[in-house]
Amino acid sequence: MHSIEFIVFLPLLAAIIGGLGNKALGNVSVKLMTTGALFVAAILSWATFLPFLAGTAIPSVTPVLHWVRSGDLAFDWELRVDALTAVMLVVVTSVSSLVHLYSWGYMDEDPDQPRFFAYLSLFTFAMLMLVTANNLVQMFFGWEGVGLASYLLIGFWFRKPSACAAAIKAFVVNRVGDLGFMLGIFGTWLVFGTVSIPDILAAAPHMAGSTIGFLGHRFDTMTVLCILLFIGAMGKSAQLGLHTWLPDAMEGPTPVSALIHAATMVTAGVFMVCRLSPMFQTSPAAMHFVTFIGAATCFFAATVGTCQWDIKRVIAYSTCSQLGYMFFAAGVGAFDAAMFHLFTHAFFKALLFLGAGSVIHAMHHEQDMRFYGGLRKHIPLTFWVMMAGTLAITGVGIADIGGFAGFYSKDAIIEAAYAKGTLLGHMASFTGIFAALLTSFYSWRLVFLTFYGKPRWNQSEHIQHAMHDAHGHGAHAHDDHAHGHDHVHDDGTAGYHPHESPLTMLIPLVLLAVGAVFAGAVFHTQFVGADAGASFWKGSIAFSRELVEAAEGIPLWVKWAPFTVMLTGAAIAWYAYLRNPKFPALFVEQFGILHRFLYNKWYFDELYDAIFVRPAFWLGRLFWQQGDIGIIDRFGPNGAAWVVEQGAIGVRRFQSGYLTSYALVMLLGLVAAVSWAMVGQ
Amino acid sequence: MNSFPILSLMLAVPLIGATACLFANAPRARQIALAATLVDFVLGLVLWSHYEVGGPQWQFMERASIFAGFQWALGIDGIALVLIMLSVFLMPICIGASWRAIETRVPEYMAAFLLMETLMIGVFTAQDLFLFYIFFEAGLIPMYLIIGIWGGKDRIYASYKFFLYTLLGSLLMLIAMLWMANAARSTDIPTLMAYNFPVQAQTWLWLAFFASFAVKMPMWPVHTWLPDAHVQAPTAGSVILAGVLLKMGGYGFIRFSLPMFPEGSAQFAPLIMALSMVAVVYTSLVALVQHDMKKLIAYSSVAHMAIVTIGLFAFNRQGLEGSVIVMLSHGLVSGALFLCVGVIYDRLHTREIDRYGGLSINMPHYALLFMLFTMASVGLPGTSGFVGEFLSLIGIYQMSSWVTLICTTGIILGAAYMLYLYARVAFGVQKNADAAAMPDLSARELALLVPIALAVLWMGVYPESFIAPIRADIAHLEARLAQAKPAGDARLTAPRPAPEATIGGPR
Repeated sequence: MHSIEFIVFLPLLAAIIGGLGNKALGNVSVKLMTTGALFVAAILSWATFLPFLAGTAIPSVTPVLHWVRSGDLAFDWELRVDALTAVMLVVVTSVSSLVHLYSWGYMDEDPDQPRFFAYLSLFTFAMLMLVTANNLVQMFFGWEGVGLASYLLIGFWFRKPSACAAAIKAFVVNRVGDLGFMLGIFGTWLVFGTVSIPDILAAAPHMAGSTIGFLGHRFDTMTVLCILLFIGAMGKSAQLGLHTWLPDAMEGPTPVSALIHAATMVTAGVFMVCRLSPMFQTSPAAMHFVTFIGAATCFFAATVGTCQWDIKRVIAYSTCSQLGYMFFAAGVGAFDAAMFHLFTHAFFKALLFLGAGSVIHAMHHEQDMRFYGGLRKHIPLTFWVMMAGTLAITGVGIADIGGFAGFYSKDAIIEAAYAKGTLLGHMASFTGIFAALLTSFYSWRLVFLTFYGKPRWNQSEHIQHAMHDAHGHGAHAHDDHAHGHDHVHDDGTAGYHPHESPLTMLIPLVLLAVGAVFAGAVFHTQFVGADAGASFWKGSIAFSRELVEAAEGIPLWVKWAPFTVMLTGAAIAWYAYLRNPKFPALFVEQFGILHRFLYNKWYFDELYDAIFVRPAFWLGRLFWQQGDIGIIDRFGPNGAAWVVEQGAIGVRRFQSGYLTSYALVMLLGLVAAVSWAMVGQ
Repeated sequence: MNSFPILSLMLAVPLIGATACLFANAPRARQIALAATLVDFVLGLVLWSHYEVGGPQWQFMERASIFAGFQWALGIDGIALVLIMLSVFLMPICIGASWRAIETRVPEYMAAFLLMETLMIGVFTAQDLFLFYIFFEAGLIPMYLIIGIWGGKDRIYASYKFFLYTLLGSLLMLIAMLWMANAARSTDIPTLMAYNFPVQAQTWLWLAFFASFAVKMPMWPVHTWLPDAHVQAPTAGSVILAGVLLKMGGYGFIRFSLPMFPEGSAQFAPLIMALSMVAVVYTSLVALVQHDMKKLIAYSSVAHMAIVTIGLFAFNRQGLEGSVIVMLSHGLVSGALFLCVGVIYDRLHTREIDRYGGLSINMPHYALLFMLFTMASVGLPGTSGFVGEFLSLIGIYQMSSWVTLICTTGIILGAAYMLYLYARVAFGVQKNADAAAMPDLSARELALLVPIALAVLWMGVYPESFIAPIRADIAHLEARLAQAKPAGDARLTAPRPAPEATIGGPR
């Protein structure tokens, strides 16, 4: 047994035993087993990763089992480990093990804990199968497996109709992307005669410039294949157009949002593009498409993030936007920077989500930031780790001196896009800078609304319920009307004092905070340095030394722009939410249309509902009632029956039993026969 | 082993069981039926273990002249083998599913089921044209009776519709068979599979067979008997209808239309593609708006069967192998889904989706298995549904990207209607007290569903067990079709590059 087999299959084993054992095994044993399995996997993953970092490890492929052999088409269950996989192994198992631990505290009161932990481990297994895939079909297995786990976890609280709807939406929207992915695999096999990733990457340059027939037209072969595969990535990574499921996915428990919808699953698209980077590089058009979609998403999601009140939705749109950064980095050819941002983002975004979870936990599942305020005094440790996360995501740092994790990776992306030198590269770079302004604004807005100012949770229904339950009926004068003001406490707390989360939640937060602070500084040379291609990546992604060197020589103002906009965004947030809290209302009054447009997420959901969901149901009813029943049955079997029946009625009439009518018919027949015989002569 | 008439024995065991049932009381009839089907299943395992993969194309041959040149000719190839395995695997499960659900005329019911098993195995083993025809058509009668006697409220309409549709096609097929026997001077199916009929005649012969197989399949627009038949049939009737009877259409295409009329098949491939594309989109959308669980699954069957037909008419290895795997997978998965419906129908006596809800709370084991079969129906990789669908679609992609695009939308629509169904049944709050009080799966029900679940996962993770027996036969068929194979629409302008040695190595 290789250690990679333990890393991948331990979580599966834990998921199966925990899921089937469920209540019979009991909460604690299932939790111990799944969390234990994940920590073992995480330790083995770091042990796999560090030799790659040192440049001493050799890539390997471990065969597990034959899967399908059909003529020339063959693919197996295999576990591939190279530098790119090693990065993902570390990200997935580290975040997953910490999320498992965190869930001990967060899900403590839930009656279905074994199921939850089994799903988490199942997810981890599927994600590991995805990142270790050596062929496109196994990648697709992982791809769909994480989709299933995501569906199950979003719908974990299945009694809530909104959670069920969000789960279905996530799965179905992802399937739209998967349609592209599947067609991409079909096309790849048609063109290359193999679905093995190394073979495809080796053969891809030979096919550059050839054309292929697709949907009745002729296109550049590699462009078609790359764009089809990228549509899959767009679905999984919630890129513009297929992003609508991600904000709704926040219906799932917060640890799920941290693990699946921030740190790991949603980055699968970025991983796929990087894994296939030599293939994408053979098609400039596809690379432009990736850049464009990435930059557009980066901008779109950041704008929406500025207006949301739900703390998890702000972070969800932030994730969407950061994924946009990764994609346009990949699109300009800076795959190393994309992977580096994926790596650092995993730490600080998981931290932000888990921190938000800690806030939500303290606030009795209230998620509306309008009902927070002044929490830094109540939950100080959560406040400090959230600060670390915010400093990391906004990219605080000074060029050539040092900074938080996001500083290294985000600036690397913006610089690489500018250094690309093309118009699209410059546009992407400017979009990235503008999005950094918005990122800084919404991130600090979140911090200021949550942790600063005066408490405002006396208006929160969740808190009122909690107080109600705690004090029994009639303990407070305001209980007879839901939104009543508190007469005893006029400090906005309604007598409720949030408590810091338990240790099982705080330990993961602190560990992730360490990652958010130091991951950039420690790893940036190995990931995005000029020698990274030769010393670390070693061909596992397409690495452009020229691009890294060109990024060194970009104008100083580009280098400093992210820092400047970061300060500007923070200053605006400070002014609007601390200095002059009336300002946001004034702004909304002045720019009502813009605010509504952003607050309603550019009306994507409404648009899709009108052009896809409703017509699908309408067509279904039409085909059923008018097609099947109205036409096919009516003129088919029922029609045939009708003809037979009418015929029978007609024929019956002749059998009247009257001798005279029989004689008449006979006579008529005789006349007809005789006349036919005569005329025929 | 080849000298031992195991196929005749497999036909005889259920037949003897059926006769015995007629003379037994209800509890004894149940036991006889279960014993007979289990014996046949064991015989099936013996058959499978003695089938020589890579051996002669036709194995376990039996030949006996009965009268007037009419042959008792049996024999199987790999394709027949896997379909026989599917039948004998599902049969004991059907008997188990009817254990408590059928209370009236139990001996006759069990006899009808056993008779049907004989006829189904007969269809897959017959090597004589008219022997095949007898088995193929006689299979209608027990099913007709099962729907008409033990069915639901509108069972008469449903059984009549079922009979009318299927009979119409059959008559045309019989005429074609008479013509063929006369032209080729043989009724031996292997001989006919290698006989080259005049291209002109192939057109008409193909259409005549198509009339029968399209109804059995069923293909759009002759599919409307299926939802009614499923809705009215008792649970086990639905299982066997979806699990095995629908496979006879696909088997017919593989055994007759494709090898006997390759040119005719190529000529009509566009028709098949068009009907299949319509079927995938049309029936998936119809499935989305159903209120009746069985109707929903019945419509989804039509969509899945369309994937079989496009795979068959892709004229290549992946498409053909994929189609057989889809048939097997659909037999297991839709059978299991009908059993899942039956489980809750037995408790609440309604198939109305809205009457349920929140079943995950009081029936967690049921919810888990239902989820697994839902995912297999949706084609999640790792389940049987994926392997077949993937191979069929990758096969057709070599022919036409348009057809592939339209048919692949089935994975989106399929996810939509199945998850919507699942959410309404198993998720949400417990709206109705009676649904909330239903007990979880009994040991008997677990014993019915768990074997199917294991088979579904086996076929998803290691399909080689099922592809290996059919590989050589599909290769024969592909070679036979090569003369008529149409060109694909991709027409690459560069030659396919030779694979190079890379890390991980070429396989």
